[in-house]
Amino acid sequence: MRKLFLKIALTLLLPGMVFAASGGVPLIQANNDIADQASLQAGAKLFVNYCMGCHSAQYVRFERVGRDLGLTEEELLENLMFTAKKVGETMTIAMDKDDGKKWFGVTPPDLSVIARARGTDWLYTYLLSFYLDSSRPWGVNNLVFKDVGMPHVLWERQGWQKPFYETVTDEDGNSHQVIKKLVVDKADEAKAEQYRKEMRDLVNFLEYIGEPAKLERRALGWKVILFLFIFLGFAYALKKEYWRDIH
Amino acid sequence: MNKILTSSVEWIDARFPLTKLWNEHLAQYYAPKNFNVWYYFGSLALLMLVLQMITGIFLAVNYKPDAALAFGSVEYIMRDVDYGWLIRYMHSTGASFFFIVVYLHMFRALLYGSYRKPRELLWIIGMFIYLSLMAESFLGYLLPWGQMSYWGAQVIISLFGAIPLVGEDLSTWIRGDYVISDVTLNRFFAYHVVLVPIILLGLAAAHIMALHEVGSNNPDGVEIKKNKDVNGKPLDGIPFHPYYTVKDIVGVAVFLIFFSAVIFYAPELGGYFIEHNNFFPADPMKTPEHIAPLWYFTPFYAILRAVPDKLIGVILMGASIVVWFILPWLDRSPVKSIRYKGWIFKLALTLFVISFLGLCYLGMLAPTATRTAFAQLFSFIYFGFFLLMPWYSKIDKTKPVPERVTN
Repeated sequence: MRKLFLKIALTLLLPGMVFAASGGVPLIQANNDIADQASLQAGAKLFVNYCMGCHSAQYVRFERVGRDLGLTEEELLENLMFTAKKVGETMTIAMDKDDGKKWFGVTPPDLSVIARARGTDWLYTYLLSFYLDSSRPWGVNNLVFKDVGMPHVLWERQGWQKPFYETVTDEDGNSHQVIKKLVVDKADEAKAEQYRKEMRDLVNFLEYIGEPAKLERRALGWKVILFLFIFLGFAYALKKEYWRDIH
Repeated sequence: MNKILTSSVEWIDARFPLTKLWNEHLAQYYAPKNFNVWYYFGSLALLMLVLQMITGIFLAVNYKPDAALAFGSVEYIMRDVDYGWLIRYMHSTGASFFFIVVYLHMFRALLYGSYRKPRELLWIIGMFIYLSLMAESFLGYLLPWGQMSYWGAQVIISLFGAIPLVGEDLSTWIRGDYVISDVTLNRFFAYHVVLVPIILLGLAAAHIMALHEVGSNNPDGVEIKKNKDVNGKPLDGIPFHPYYTVKDIVGVAVFLIFFSAVIFYAPELGGYFIEHNNFFPADPMKTPEHIAPLWYFTPFYAILRAVPDKLIGVILMGASIVVWFILPWLDRSPVKSIRYKGWIFKLALTLFVISFLGLCYLGMLAPTATRTAFAQLFSFIYFGFFLLMPWYSKIDKTKPVPERVTN
């Protein structure tokens, strides 16, 4: 009975898993760690230099970032704050929303909670999956976000990736071309390792700003649960004592 | 000191039935001594009600029911309010745990026939609590103003549009607008924090009063009031306080361990308790590819989608909830508890549980031909469990019920 149920559950589950893998592209694991402060600092720097031209993180306060990333006020002002004057300000941008829509076809979204919406693996794969496509306005397309409005802002750190096609035949016998892999220019191959590390840092920072309380809640959680176990011990002893005369 | 206390109580008792209430509902309320683990979920449901109210008040202090500000105010709570994240996660996790507890509490009633005479009204009040809880969570889910909040509400309210003649006007009346908008958010906030909580509190009080009038059922389905000692107290009964108060504290501790594990280590629970898509702010111009309500509504949502015709789908979805109300009159078995019922009821209940969980799971996924076929099969079993009960519960071979409760 149980086996049969499991079988049914599995057959129902499988199509869902393919569906979830965003456009059929398997996601690459980000393997980032929000407890790694150096990585968060590097990610923050990339974020303010490359992303914040167009993307805000309007719910994120500089002061909190500085505190959680172990930066002094001076370091914060010098490295992360270019237009903002006070550390109490949030990470807003000067670009007008309507201008953004005019230039990119869609207003670049606020990135405060993007990691919670998309997931870190998706973001990591997205940042690694820009490729040259002359049919697009900015000359690039993306494997996990087809026809995205965003240009490959980080091209100087990665180089340009070219798609490498293969011909496949589908169930109906029609053959068509699909992208098998993306290949970067020979000259840029040396950057690949460094770029992956940088994108891991950037995704790490995005995960952190998505939920700054994450480290705090993990640190508090085990204490609460430990207390509850001790409380359970006393509660059980009390119950046993009272119930001795009931049979 | 003791003297002051005694005289204070006397002073109050002369003006308010304090001691009388205490005795009637706690110290001299006799509950069967053979409660098992299933009997924790009533007090846990009460705990969840109180917890949701308290965390809700703290959230309402910082939340802004305004389409332009709502999403941001939730993030403000999560980031800038001291322990705001904890309060918010207690509330969001609390909603799901409230439903888990209530579903288990209802399942207990199915196991031991707690809906049977003389507890029909107790059961019906409980069903009204369940309905109010559904309304409460549906209203509350709009408040974070994410994509799933918005489109979930859009889909559910548009269901009223399937009602002939008045449908469209009715859904406009509920929304206060032609689409979900600031107006809807504002009124849903009012219903969520004032209207429905008052109804819930009233119903919960009525539920407890009805319970204490007829007395608790137990795993044997034996009426303990039938066997009383010379003082008129049930032989198999023990005072709720202190025996079940100390026992329920143990249940609370175990429950809070599970509750905390989710709050601190998996508040989204992989997207089941807080959906990933709800971190995109509500956008009336962009319909998400896949809209699904939260897990506690998906069994009914799956029934709705299993029917090709929208109106019949809505009717059946409504019927799948209404049918619970008449359960006390569907069960014709001479015994209450599953312990003394025959194999037919046990099989029917097993199939029902599989179908309910199956529908719950299918309702979360995008429909395909295979999934819809399964949803239809499960829907048949779901309704079959209730509608065939007068027949199968009567022919089922039962075992003799003991005079007194067993241990």
